[in-house]
Amino acid sequence: MSGERKNMAPIGRLYGFLLMFLLCSIALVARAINLQVIDTEYLQDQGEARYLRDVTVPTPRGAILDRNGEPLAVSTPVDSLGVNPKKLLQAPEGIAQLAAVLDADADAMERRITQRAGRDFVWIRRRLHPDVAAAIRALELPGIEMRKEYRRFYPAGEVAAHLVGFTNIDDVGQEGLELSYNDWLQGEPGVKRVIRDRLGRTIEHVETVREAVPGKDLRLTIDRRLQYLAYRELKRTVYENGALSGSVVLLDVKTGEVLAMVNRPSFNPNSSEMENDGLRNRAITDVFEPGSVMKPFVVAAALETGRWHPLTPIDASPGWISIGRFSAKDHHNYGPIDLTRLITKSSNVAAVKVARDLDMQHMWSTYDRFGFGDVTGSGYPGESAGVLRNWQRWRPVERDTLSYGYGISVTALQLAQAFAAIADEGRLHRPSLVLGAANPPVSVLDPKLARQVAAMLETVTGPEGTGKAARVANYRVAGKTGTSRKSSNGGYQERRYIASFAGFAPASDPQIAGVVVINDPSEGKFYGGAVAAPLFSSVMTGALRLLNVPPDDYEVLVASAPRAAGEAP
Amino acid sequence: MNSKLVSVLIALAAVIASALGVVHARHESRQYSAELGALESARDASIAEWSRLQIEQAYLADAGRVEGEARDRLGMKEPEQPRILVIEP
Repeated sequence: MSGERKNMAPIGRLYGFLLMFLLCSIALVARAINLQVIDTEYLQDQGEARYLRDVTVPTPRGAILDRNGEPLAVSTPVDSLGVNPKKLLQAPEGIAQLAAVLDADADAMERRITQRAGRDFVWIRRRLHPDVAAAIRALELPGIEMRKEYRRFYPAGEVAAHLVGFTNIDDVGQEGLELSYNDWLQGEPGVKRVIRDRLGRTIEHVETVREAVPGKDLRLTIDRRLQYLAYRELKRTVYENGALSGSVVLLDVKTGEVLAMVNRPSFNPNSSEMENDGLRNRAITDVFEPGSVMKPFVVAAALETGRWHPLTPIDASPGWISIGRFSAKDHHNYGPIDLTRLITKSSNVAAVKVARDLDMQHMWSTYDRFGFGDVTGSGYPGESAGVLRNWQRWRPVERDTLSYGYGISVTALQLAQAFAAIADEGRLHRPSLVLGAANPPVSVLDPKLARQVAAMLETVTGPEGTGKAARVANYRVAGKTGTSRKSSNGGYQERRYIASFAGFAPASDPQIAGVVVINDPSEGKFYGGAVAAPLFSSVMTGALRLLNVPPDDYEVLVASAPRAAGEAP
Repeated sequence: MNSKLVSVLIALAAVIASALGVVHARHESRQYSAELGALESARDASIAEWSRLQIEQAYLADAGRVEGEARDRLGMKEPEQPRILVIEP
């Protein structure tokens, strides 16, 4: 009995244990199925997230080059310093070391990092100097992360600052062509998936999610040599005349390409401290009342009627003419003159008399055809259209004042465009800033009339003209001076002027058109012929030489060459 | 029976071979990715150097600097009343 009972109990226990093991294994299998089949995707993702990382691959922004391929804006890789606060705070003395290398306030840095202790990444300083970056690497602190970023350099500095513009810390264009061509210049950063170890080191490149697309280069029409020359001369003129600001624009007459465009005041795009005043590209964004430089266009309108020709007499006496409640005055009583001398002497009286003979609609359409009151389409952000009111709203006073360039506002670029059109036998080319743009000209004036106007403009630099200071040795120059009073609050100011000169050279086969505008010269001289014309001359002299433009009468010079050689000792 | 055994053995050999193949491919892929990484960083270094050289060249060729060197260091000046001779009209 007792033996049987002895045997019975173990068998019961055996089944008990078997059942228990069975249940255990069922539970295990169930859990295994649960993990392997049902939750597998979730768990795999979670697992990979522990070591797989998507890393962005930065790509450089395209360079901005001048017409000869000289760099105006170039991106170069630099290191930016960020930290993982959790890791760095494990070694708090690291912050002091870091601050010492960066020459920063250690307490402020510690506060900053402690406040952001919950994050994985905090920027400490971006775009480090390479030496500083090397020193930080040498510290071998935990939680330090160097990221590659690109820093933009502007080798031409303030000389091309307005035109090129600049980017912000995230490499996005903020001003100038950096802004308007941002999409073209900016590449698309790539993404790659990598495996990282516990310390954040990349162990294996798994796949490239998206290939990095580098930014494309942008080639401008400007010539860095001319840009520098124009800037240097403008800076000197603005300084010597105590002027508030100034601009110079040079255009290629045959294509409308902008060869140089400079302004004072300027700024250094490589520095982070910029004065707001210097940021504007005045040649494009600022308008002014042009004054007498507009006279060639009223003369062009007169020639178009067929009733006027260059020698049609006009009586400019007695040296003033009343316009409504005002009167327009000349410097002298020029007496009986003709259309050509109107330009040579810049007679306001004669200009008003010509305008009074014209149909308002026709006069407006001539100004309009030459591009006044309309944006030039250069593609520069914030370009101003200027103001040219429609003829239907003109009063007779406006027609009169428009003849000598008041009651209209223009930009320096518009003026350059219009003078280039006269120079190129009446073909208007839209100014372009980027090389390779299709730019078909539009005919705005009969070629014969354009040549007549150009010939009249050449008398301005002649012996009796107002613009003798614009002459260039060995070249014939055509142009027009302008001196206008500055207006503000609805009135014109005493003794505050804008001096301008617009013209082109060489007159026999024009290649370069240029406009000079000097705002508010305060050192005594204020006439366009005294302030702006000398600047035009010095810029044009250099430009003609740099671009290898042959002088007008080179046959004569070639003929005299042997004699010149004979003179040499 | 014998043919079954053979086919199992063949399958086994194939499994072992493919396993070795996987290991080999994995190893190669690591090597290639290391090589790719090295080449990429060499490329980046070249791009970086190119941009730095461009900047340096632009600095050295800057018209203002050239003018300053010519005037101050070399004592050059612009000719007065230059005579222009056209060599090739």
